[in-house]
Amino acid sequence: MGKQRKVYIISSGVTKFAKAHPDMDFRLMVKKAFDYAMKDVPNLQLKDINGSRISYFSDHFARQLKAASMVQDFLGLNPKDSRRIEWGGATGGQAIQAGWETIASGRMDVCLVAGFETMSRVETWKGNEFIALASDTNFDYPVGGFYTGYYALMVQRHIYEYLRKTRFANIKDEKKAQLLATKEAIRIMAMVSVKNHINASHNPYAQYPGKTTVDEVLKSEMISYPLNRPCICTMSDGAAVMMLASEDVVFDYTDNPVLISGVGCGTDTMRLADRPHEKVPLFKWENEKDYNNLKYPGVHSFRAGRAAALEAYKHANIKKPIKELSFIELHDAYASSEIQTYEDLGLCKYGEGYGFVEKGHPFLKNVDYGFKLPAKGTIPVNPSGGLIACGHPVGATGIMQGAFAFWQLQNSIKKHFGNDKLQIEKAKRGLIHSHAGTGSAVTVSILESVKK
Amino acid sequence: MKPKKLEKFREVMEEIKKSGAAIYKNPKGTEDLVILSPYHINYVHSYAQDSKFFLALAEGKLLGSRCKKCGMKYGTPRSHCMKCGSETEWFNLPLVGKVHSWTTCYFGSEEFLKEVPFNLVLVEFEGVDTLFLSRLVGIDKEDIFIGMKIKAEFKKDPKYLVSDVCFKPV
Repeated sequence: MGKQRKVYIISSGVTKFAKAHPDMDFRLMVKKAFDYAMKDVPNLQLKDINGSRISYFSDHFARQLKAASMVQDFLGLNPKDSRRIEWGGATGGQAIQAGWETIASGRMDVCLVAGFETMSRVETWKGNEFIALASDTNFDYPVGGFYTGYYALMVQRHIYEYLRKTRFANIKDEKKAQLLATKEAIRIMAMVSVKNHINASHNPYAQYPGKTTVDEVLKSEMISYPLNRPCICTMSDGAAVMMLASEDVVFDYTDNPVLISGVGCGTDTMRLADRPHEKVPLFKWENEKDYNNLKYPGVHSFRAGRAAALEAYKHANIKKPIKELSFIELHDAYASSEIQTYEDLGLCKYGEGYGFVEKGHPFLKNVDYGFKLPAKGTIPVNPSGGLIACGHPVGATGIMQGAFAFWQLQNSIKKHFGNDKLQIEKAKRGLIHSHAGTGSAVTVSILESVKK
Repeated sequence: MKPKKLEKFREVMEEIKKSGAAIYKNPKGTEDLVILSPYHINYVHSYAQDSKFFLALAEGKLLGSRCKKCGMKYGTPRSHCMKCGSETEWFNLPLVGKVHSWTTCYFGSEEFLKEVPFNLVLVEFEGVDTLFLSRLVGIDKEDIFIGMKIKAEFKKDPKYLVSDVCFKPV
């Protein structure tokens, strides 16, 4: 990458995600998050903001074209530079990187990144239809367009590659071996769901906080085999903002900013059926021999996530993420994709994601989950509760995760959450990850605390 | 007549379907006016470069495409190769393949809710580099496994949709 200015986050705000906010339209939701962020940096005036990058996913949900212009208008930012960012589920992460570009390039000194979604405006099943329109409408949607179904197809193959062929390799009866492997995966995915729900019980912004158990998750309704209801995120209304500033002005506004030290983005085919079967793009600590008979990415892994991580680690000069990162906020639209993403990000090798959960690595050290974990808290993943427990108003989601990561690195969780249960001690560096439809686009950004 | 005031948002959603408007007595203290806002549209959709695939389906054939330059074979046709960018040519896919991955959907999008539960399947064909998404019918969930042989079955009354074909066990 060429020469660029340093870009910092100086403040953030989130409007609590909810099933519906009938008392606020999308503009007022953004305004509330915006006012919260402005209050956190009292030296920053409206006139100091050079422009904005505003994200929402779906014109179908909004039923208001140029809704981003209306946000710009409502916040009183006219006639400054602004544009809408849309990139499916990765919309929020893309908006942050688009904001980063305005400052890194020297175009702006202060940029507002804002995102929202208003999904309550249609019933859930219609909402599923709108989301499924983000799959090929010639070849995918008419077969039975349903995103949970697509992710179920992906994890079924993941289970086959990595559990059937390992833990159940000795079982000759193919059908039985696959059934047992899937059962095992459902149990491990339930552990991820429990982790995220219990983490969220300390997060006042979360839509579905709650104490739950693996047994409760296992008893819940199957939506698309092997994904059951508590392993899937829901639709929400909500907004989130993040204020970015350049190295030249950042300390005019705060003495506790967070540096965006790396950005990465990857893509893949829209149709699952088109995903290639090739070799794994390796991290430095991996070996080609690790993946001798593996055809990659197939439908079992997210090549876009791997590509985004490779770019972001290089940019942030990260050699060994599991050692150098204090925590991760990643796009867990499904408990399955959280596990698949551990592998894409190189927290473990491909195939080790299930064991990574069982050992306890992505759990928080000082939170009780109701089961024993031998290596708890190596690298907490989704300490906020993630999408599964916080909700997923698409255009706001990546920015919400950015806000939580920013507060972790500021060591200000107590101030914003009202309690410090989720504050990771001495958090130095965090990773945020945003993911679009079946992994067709993924962003990874690296954030670092600055205050000693 | 003034819209009804209701305390549950779920009731508001039901009421607006009947009368077109309702007032939500929000626990936050506001009174939010909610109306029904319908939206229907017919698109004129051309299959354009993919047309031949859908015409062939109606004749009981499955078409894939092969890159004229690098030979990459697509189980779902692409008019241009995703690896080298060259034009592809049509070829007949075998009508028998294997389950590459599968799921049973108990819920779905509004359009397909009446069809649940249904099975989705990614089909792999011998010697073909990419897959094909379809429905798997005529089998209980307990009997499906990755690697099992399946064959194409075509609708007698084609709708010129990709769902004109589905798969069932051999």
